[in-house]
This record gives sequence, C-alpha cells and structure tokens, in this order.
Amino acid sequence: MAQTIRVAVSGQPNCGKSTMFNAITGGSARVGNYPGITVDRLEGIYRENGHISQLVDLPGTYSLTSYSMEELVARNVIVDEHPDVVINMMDATALERSLYLAVQLMEIGAPLVLGLNMMDEVRRSGVTIDVDKLSQLLGVPVVPCVARLGQGRKELMQAVAETADRTQGKWTPFRLSYGPDLDPILERMSRAIEDAQFLTGRYDPRWLAVKYLENDEQVLAEGAKAGATHDALLALCAEAEAVTRKNSATTPDAIIADWRYGFINGLIKQGVVRGSDALRRNNSDAIDKIVTHKLLGPLIMLAVLYGMFLVTFTLGAYPQGWIEKGFEWLGEMGTTYIPEGYVQSLLVSGIIGGVGSVIGFTPLICIMFAMLVFLEDLGYMARVAYMLDRVLRIFGLHGMSVMPLIMSGGIPGGCAVPGVMCARTLRSPRERLATILTAPFMVCGAKTTAYLMLVAAFFPDNPTRAMFFVVLAAWAFVLLVSKLLRSTMIRGESTPFVMEIPPYRLPTLRGVLLHTWERVWQYVKKAGTVILAVSILMWAVMTFPELPEDTVAQYDTQKEQAAEQVKAAHPDAGEEELATLTEDAQKEIEDAQNEAALKYSTAGRVSEALTPLTNLAGFPWQANIALIGAFAAKEVFVSTMATAYSMGKVDPEEPESLSERLAADPAWSLPAVLSVFAFMLLYTPCMVTVVVIARESNWKWATFSVVGSLCFAFVVSVLIYQVGTALLT
Amino acid sequence: MVTSMRQLAVNQRGCISAVTASGELGRRIRDMGLVPGTQLMVVGRAPLADPVAVRMKGFTLSLRNSEADFISVEAL
Repeated sequence: MAQTIRVAVSGQPNCGKSTMFNAITGGSARVGNYPGITVDRLEGIYRENGHISQLVDLPGTYSLTSYSMEELVARNVIVDEHPDVVINMMDATALERSLYLAVQLMEIGAPLVLGLNMMDEVRRSGVTIDVDKLSQLLGVPVVPCVARLGQGRKELMQAVAETADRTQGKWTPFRLSYGPDLDPILERMSRAIEDAQFLTGRYDPRWLAVKYLENDEQVLAEGAKAGATHDALLALCAEAEAVTRKNSATTPDAIIADWRYGFINGLIKQGVVRGSDALRRNNSDAIDKIVTHKLLGPLIMLAVLYGMFLVTFTLGAYPQGWIEKGFEWLGEMGTTYIPEGYVQSLLVSGIIGGVGSVIGFTPLICIMFAMLVFLEDLGYMARVAYMLDRVLRIFGLHGMSVMPLIMSGGIPGGCAVPGVMCARTLRSPRERLATILTAPFMVCGAKTTAYLMLVAAFFPDNPTRAMFFVVLAAWAFVLLVSKLLRSTMIRGESTPFVMEIPPYRLPTLRGVLLHTWERVWQYVKKAGTVILAVSILMWAVMTFPELPEDTVAQYDTQKEQAAEQVKAAHPDAGEEELATLTEDAQKEIEDAQNEAALKYSTAGRVSEALTPLTNLAGFPWQANIALIGAFAAKEVFVSTMATAYSMGKVDPEEPESLSERLAADPAWSLPAVLSVFAFMLLYTPCMVTVVVIARESNWKWATFSVVGSLCFAFVVSVLIYQVGTALLT
Repeated sequence: MVTSMRQLAVNQRGCISAVTASGELGRRIRDMGLVPGTQLMVVGRAPLADPVAVRMKGFTLSLRNSEADFISVEAL
C-alpha cells in the first residue's frame, strides 16, 4: 500500500535538525520561501517500504510563541498544514530545554516522534538517558540518533510510519496541568470557546485558552476579529492575572512556563537521566577561556574576520577573473560574429556585460558562504556576537552585525552583495534590517576602484591617508545612520539578546556544501533575472536617442579627413603601419563623438536636467552622468567618467591618465571633490545589491534603501559643498 | 542572600528565585529555561564585561547585564 505521509521536522536551533533533515531526504531537498517572508522553506522526500514521506523542514525555534517570524512560521505550518506526523529533533545534551519545545508540540496535539540527537556526546560525558522510560512517560516514540553520522535515520522514519499508521491523522492534544490557580480558569475558558465554536476550526479549545493566557499576539489579533467571545476571554484572562498576582506576584504566562518546566523536571527526576551535572563545564567552556578572553578574544576575532575577508577576496579573485575573462571572450565573439548594430550592442554591452557582472560575484559568494556556514555551524559566530554586542548595541545594532558590515567593505574591497546576504545570521529583525540598510555604505571593491582614481587625481601626495579617511568615514556613517534609523524608521526596543552559546561542533562537509550551494543557486537565479532587465534598461538609457544623422556624418567626414591627412603625411608607409596611424589619428575624433553621443542620450539629458539640483552639491556634469551609470555597478563610474572626459575606453585597474585629466579640470574644487566623495559613499546601492536587499527584506525596504540613500547622500553632499565653499571664500 | 544575577562573579553559583521580566524579554528568558528553582553558574563575561555567559541545564547561555537585572538569584 503506497501512501504519502506528510511530515514536519521541528527542533530548536543548534540541535542538528538540518543535518538530520539532509540525512533523511538525501539530495532531494528543495529550497523555497514561505510566502511574503524571508524564512527558507526546505522540502524533501523519503521513500521506504512503500511509504512515501513528504518532509518539510520548519525553522529552528526554542518555543512556539509568536514573538519571532521563525516561531510563527513553525506554528502556522503545524496548525494550518496539519502534518500527519511531526518529528522533533532534540539536543540530548540539553534535554530539559529541548523537551520544552516537545511539550508544546504535544499540547498542539500533532502526532509526535522525538529524535534524541547528539547521543554520542551524551555517552562520552558519562551520562545515561533511559530512552524507553522517556518514551513511556511521554507516550511518544523516542529514537536515539547521531545525525552527524546518519545514525538513527532509518529508525526515525520507521517510527514515523508506525505513528502515522496508528494515529490515522487523528490529533490528541496533551493536557498539561498549570496548577490550582490557572486550571479552573482554563477550564472555563475552554468551555466558553467550545460553546461559541470560537476559532475551533483552526485551534484546539484548550490550546487556544492557554495562548490567551500567554498573551499571544497573533492569537489575540485573530480572536479580536472573530467575535464577541474574544472579550469574554480577555475578561477571564484579567481574572487569571488578578489571581496569580495575588498568590504568586507574577503573570499567568510566567506560571505557564514554570509549570511546563516543572512537568519536564518531574519526568527527568523519575530516572530518565543519570549521572549528569547540569553545571559541569564542557570542553567548549575550556576553549572559550581563550577564545573569548578579555585580550586574546578580540585579537583572535580580528584575525579570523580579517582572514575570512582575505580568503574571500584573494582566493575569489581567481575564479572571478576567469568568469570575467569568459564573458569578455563571449563579448568578443559577439562583436566578431554579430553584425554591427543594435543587436550587437544590446547583446554585448547590455546583456553580456550586465549579466557577466552578476555572475562574476558568484565565486565570492561561494567562498564567503562556505566559510560563514562553517564558522556558524562550528559555533564561532555566537562567540563573535557575544564579544561585540556591547559596542554595536550603542548604535542600535547587534553583535552579529559585524560580519555583514565587514563583508560589505568594512575593510575596503568587500562587496555588499554577500554582505547583505550574510545578515541572515541575525535573529533580531530590527537589528537585521538596520544592518542590511546601512551595510551598502561600506567601501566595496567597485567603489574602491573609483576612489583610487579620484584619490590619485586629487590627493596625490598622500593617497593612503585619504583612503583610510574614506574607510573611517564609511564606518562612521554606517554606525550613525543605523542609530538614526533605529531611533526613527526602525524604532523599537532592541530585541532581547538572550542567546545560546552552543558547544563547538565540527560541521560536516556535506552540510556546509549543501547550504552554500542553496544560497548561491538562489542568488544566481533571482538576481540574474532582475539584473538582466535592468542591464537592458541601463544600456538603452545610455544609447538612445542616438546622435542625429548629420552630426554623425560630420564626425565621419572628420575621420575621413584625418585618414587622408595621415596618408598624405606618410606617403611611403606600409598598409599595416598606415592603419595604426590612421586609428591613432581618428581616436580623438571618435572619443569626441562618444562624448557627444553620451551627452545626447537619455542618461546625458537626465544628467543635464539635473544640473540645477546637482549644482547645489557642486558636481561637475561628468560626475553626474557617471553616478547615474554607476547604479548598474559602481565600477561603471570610472569607465563613464572616461567616456565623459572623452578618453575612450579606460582600464578601470589603471586609471592614472584619467586622474591627470581630472586634476587639470578647474570644476573640481576641493569642496566639490569632497562632496562627490561623500555622495559616492552614501548614495543608492548598485542594482545587484538592491535586488538582494529586496530578497532579504522586501521591495518596500529596497525602495526605501534606493530613495533614502539618495536623499541622504544628496543632503550630506550639499552640506559639504556649501559649507566648504563658504569657508574657502 | 538574594541578589540580581548581574552581581554574580565569574565561577559563582546561584539558584534563581524570581524572574520579573514581562513581555517578549520575559518569554525569551523563560523559554530558555531560566525559571525559578534553576541552578546556574556564571562561566564568563565578554571582554567589555557585558554580556554575561551562564552555565545551566547542561548548556551555556549568554544575556546582557540589563537582562540579567530582571533575574533574582540566591547566591550559593
């Protein structure tokens, strides 16, 4: 008999849930998204003995309240999708805390199978857990596992099949006693709910009553819309609070948590666990004596962060170079084989150039994520957050914010794309958003090329000091703006820090590779599509409308004249030599034509139209157009400046000659230079980053990032230019 | 002697006597198992003396000093 069992896999963070999920589903797992939010939804299939199990991996949560997105998602999947069986993976080394989630799952009523993970660690520490006794006391199958080695996988799925057969989809919510103060009130509330059929289609009455007492935001909001019983229930809640305040000076939700832990304590004391000392230090605590040491800790952390950065961008440069070479080759092929015209220009400059710049980032993302996943699974990132929290909290950020900031270019040469993506490790939504929105201010690799060119032009005496100042300014702006955001747009109490410091555990190669691959593939897929569209748009904007025919004809005539002059001046030159000389002579004219074409295009006109506005900030018109182009990718700044200064193609790596031209242009006064420096740092992130921001938050915040950064950058630039000019005259 | 958890020195043990936090913070503290009757030991402090790391129920937990203020402990 073939039947499909729908299974949800739940568990607390760091319990090895994902490892077990991967072990069970093999390579069949697919990543999706829960609609409207950024929590990943992993699904996979397991086949055995005619049973097909469809597994969905729930986000890791310590509890099932509605305080975080993850908890809400986990709960709603169970309530709404009504799985046949829920697997709850547990960290056996922290059995008490793990059972806290298990008990809540039992209260919802879903047929449960417990996977007791990390049993090898438990045994090694000399503790024995009586699995049968635990199973008997809870009335739920318990399977000992070592997920890292794949042990217990088959037994777990066997138990799932048996449970599905036994329960036949019938749920039996577990009734936990919450003591003499609350039980009678819970009884009255359940009866009121049953009598009114209040939300009973979705929830078990008693569970709903408990959630009301726990003051659960989501349930209360739902209840308020559902009818008058809501008010009756709230009155009962107030009554309950009066009782608990009088008898134990606390709130009902505290009593509920106490009784849950009391129940668990009672279980464990019946001989489930022997030989444990809850306060005994483990090896990790010994390692942490050094790794989080007052002086050594920060030093080690700096070394690790710098090392990661170095590896990402030095090692990543090679494959990035190959990919870029590959796209260059593709572009050359296009130029050679496609007849000159719009199709060629669109394909080569627009599509190949634009998509190539996106794909070029993938090696960086691969390497960065592999290391990040490794450090995260190892448990080191929790230590980083622990050490840095005190400093970052001042600015409304979180200890975990440091990694995204450094990746984005906190050390020049980073990239905001992987930077924004690795903000996922932040579990606090407000701090995470502030990090995502400010990280693009950092001096990424593309901005670095622009700054190198500008610095060489305007601060030739001390380029190092100038660059250092730029980086310091970036950090200052990031911290100040996040403080600003956290006291206005993303205002709100900082999310509680309360965080587990998991023991160090060596991650599996398979897990690291799998996670990395998932991220990279999503990046390529999502970013690729939007960026393709924007690339085409940017190309069109900088190409159309074209110079009128008579203007082009004038340039052509000039070129012909130049060719004839060359021929006349060198009557005895060979054909090849003549061609080179002609090209040289025509280059100047062609550059002038390119400049004219750029000025004539939509981008040129827009930048011209913007002049009254940008004059306030003192931008020369060439910077205007280059800044517009740099929205596609910040490297474009240098090449557009080159076109605008009619230099033809300039190698972004060696922009000295352009720097000389800039230095000679009187439009670049010191205030104007500083104003462009600031604008470059602060304005709209490049389009790849914008797409990633949208993916990691939503389009509303991505739009805010575009418009907000633009306005902020403009205000800062105007201030710098106006104050600077006033001071200098 | 009952004090705030913030006052505990590194390596000092205590037993929680009350948790006075409410709302989200209270929920998170309790979810992690910081409920009255729980024994704990401070195992470390971050380089800037905040947050604090606590060993309890077989795992290590860290929380900010401002959060530890809501937890009263009987020093052992």
